[in-house]
Amino acid sequence: MNFVDNEDNFLLSKKVNLGLDLQGGSYLLLEVDSQPVVKQKLQNKLISLRKVLKEMKIKYKNLKIKNETINFQLSTNDKERFEDFFLNKENLINSYYDQYRSYEMDYSIIDTSDSSTTNILLMIKYSKFGLIQIKNSILDQSLEIVRRRVDEVGTKEPTIIRRGNDRILIELPGLDDPNRIKKLLGKTANLTFRLVTENEDTFGSEMLPYEDSENKLNISKRVLLSGDNLTNAKPALDNQSGDAVVSFTFDRVGAKKFGRATTDNVGRRVAIILDNKIISAPTIREPILGGNGQITGNFTFQSATDLALLLRSGALPAPLNIIEERTVGPDLGEDSIKAGTISLMIGFLLVIIYMLFKYKRLGIIADLALITNLILLIGILTILEATLTLPGIAGIILTVGMAVDANVLIFERIKEEMKIEKSSIHAFDIGYKKAQSAILDANITTLISAIILFFLGSGPVKGFAITLGIGILTTLFCAYFFARHLSSIYVMRNKDKKIII
Amino acid sequence: MIFKISNDIKFSHFYRKLNILSLILILLSIITILFKGLNLGVDFKGGTLIEIRTENSITSIAEIRESFLKMNLGDVTVKRFGNENDYLVKIETVKSDDENFIKSINDKLSTDLGSDINFRRVENVGPKVSKELLRAGILAITLSLAAMLFYIWIRFEWQFSLGAIIALVHDVIITVGIFSFLSYEVNLSIVAAVLTIVGYSMNDTVVIFDRIRENLKKYAKISIAEISDLSTNQTLSRTLITSVTTLLALFSIYIFGGAILKGFSFAMILGVIVGTYSSIFIATPVLNYTNVSQKTILKEDKKNI
Repeated sequence: MNFVDNEDNFLLSKKVNLGLDLQGGSYLLLEVDSQPVVKQKLQNKLISLRKVLKEMKIKYKNLKIKNETINFQLSTNDKERFEDFFLNKENLINSYYDQYRSYEMDYSIIDTSDSSTTNILLMIKYSKFGLIQIKNSILDQSLEIVRRRVDEVGTKEPTIIRRGNDRILIELPGLDDPNRIKKLLGKTANLTFRLVTENEDTFGSEMLPYEDSENKLNISKRVLLSGDNLTNAKPALDNQSGDAVVSFTFDRVGAKKFGRATTDNVGRRVAIILDNKIISAPTIREPILGGNGQITGNFTFQSATDLALLLRSGALPAPLNIIEERTVGPDLGEDSIKAGTISLMIGFLLVIIYMLFKYKRLGIIADLALITNLILLIGILTILEATLTLPGIAGIILTVGMAVDANVLIFERIKEEMKIEKSSIHAFDIGYKKAQSAILDANITTLISAIILFFLGSGPVKGFAITLGIGILTTLFCAYFFARHLSSIYVMRNKDKKIII
Repeated sequence: MIFKISNDIKFSHFYRKLNILSLILILLSIITILFKGLNLGVDFKGGTLIEIRTENSITSIAEIRESFLKMNLGDVTVKRFGNENDYLVKIETVKSDDENFIKSINDKLSTDLGSDINFRRVENVGPKVSKELLRAGILAITLSLAAMLFYIWIRFEWQFSLGAIIALVHDVIITVGIFSFLSYEVNLSIVAAVLTIVGYSMNDTVVIFDRIRENLKKYAKISIAEISDLSTNQTLSRTLITSVTTLLALFSIYIFGGAILKGFSFAMILGVIVGTYSSIFIATPVLNYTNVSQKTILKEDKKNI
């Protein structure tokens, strides 16, 4: 039947996901360093502000950025005009976010007037929501680029998700040496083509080091072209030398710009700079008009492949820092699975034997309930596609130890009732009823712990909370629906005999 | 059972002596925690943890330590971990900015020891994250204590919640105190263990309280001390059986579950023992000290109607 088939598939297609601690793999937590972007944006604001102040014919003094705040002085007379402009919801400098009911920028005024002047000091900085907005947009872009880079390396089923407004969590199952990924993610991959210059004024040029040596060159600050204009990059072998190179293709705009720049500067050296380090600085022998080129450097084929990958995936808007890393090798994962399974089986057996020893025939009922409980627990974990971790296995074992508690409570109660009651059926009934409140109270308290742990715990510990929590629910179910049913059958069959617990 | 539990143990006779003992244990624990401190793992302190497996068994701890000393990484501890060729290295400095950090350690170590070194596990936690994890851990334990308090306050009278919470705090402080005394590492899984202990100890206490409440309703004239003894005796075999099955499971994890789960299961074993003890000898005596009687319970019933 079709229906049954589907149901089968539904169950078969689901599997228990093993956590990184069991299957091996890498967990990385990255934090976006938004500082440089905020600084850059503030710089842009300053430029637009200068323009606006000029247009409005407002006289200002000492316009500068200090401690991530734009400071400037203006006359008290202009204060109102400026505020009108600045708080106008349509103005181009200070956006208004309806959803937050907040402006992009906050400003404060300090009266600096004395006998000679009537100036005030205005201080403008990003508001809380302005910063959130920036961080969110950086994070969105970064997430996309991180995804491209990780995908290109080709690990199986990577998980890449955002955490809060400045973090990215990456899980790479099966990867036991995250060094390459870490290197790839550690680069913003900001590629620029800039001329090498003799002119050593600090305003228009800067000294930059080579990537692989201490040597430095004086590089013009003017960017001829950036990595944004690349459409493709791939590793290649140079026809003549046989060295590994990265060959690239510009888009149309880029090709035109590069053509013009190389035509104007034949004979000069152009530096190819990645994240403020010089990869190489070849001399322009002839104009490059086709929009194709290659980067030579001291590459191995691997490093050329990685650079090409970085250039293809684009530059990160801001640097990423790895703030947490956890890597488990596959052999340790295997060992953990083995140890977890063995301890589960032994713990399970010990409890089963102990219950048989304590309760004889009713022990069989408790044991059947325990087995059912374990099957249910694993089944639910599978259906929920929960992730099983090593502490999660510990949670299952612990559930095994604690699950019999419900039946113990009931059996002990029944034992007491048997002393008073003549009819064993009655004794069972009352026993179940009276044990109920203790069982509920007892399990709810453990459940509370599990829930708190689930929300505040992280990684493997969360797995523990899940198995413990679900274990409590299946335990209650088994004690009340399964064991009770079995014991009532048992009692009914033996109602005339004296039942010994 | 080999010995038969007589059904009339006078628990209440031991209350005072054992409470003084517990008080001393708690004070000792607090003093140890304050002065000796906790051996916080990389989760909470930041730093790098590396589990190493060496290929040849002649490698000694001293050689590994020597090699790390040459790398100038500040405080480094090396200890054996589980199997004979497995070692756990803890480096206190955090170097999250250098993506080659781990690889360079592996290279230097392999050269120094003259064989391939397998890094089975690497954990690198930055200072910001470790602070957050520590805060979350403390918050989780505090929250769970508060949640328990709240739950038992709804279900029982205030005397009961007082008793339960004192017992819980007792369990947590003594367990953490023993960890401090033995210099065992405290990491995320220990927090999980402490939370489970809180749940377990509460569970144990509630079962006895439940019976005390029931007996208080039944017998008006009997003193609370006798009610406590009666209820503890009635629930004693359950208390013991459940402790035994839980301990069976825990010892199985402790012995067979591998080195990673050792700390966790050890904390849990301590917690189950201390928690069982505290339900009988800490939580219940509080009801005696606060003079709980049938009136306390009936008042509550009236309130509920």
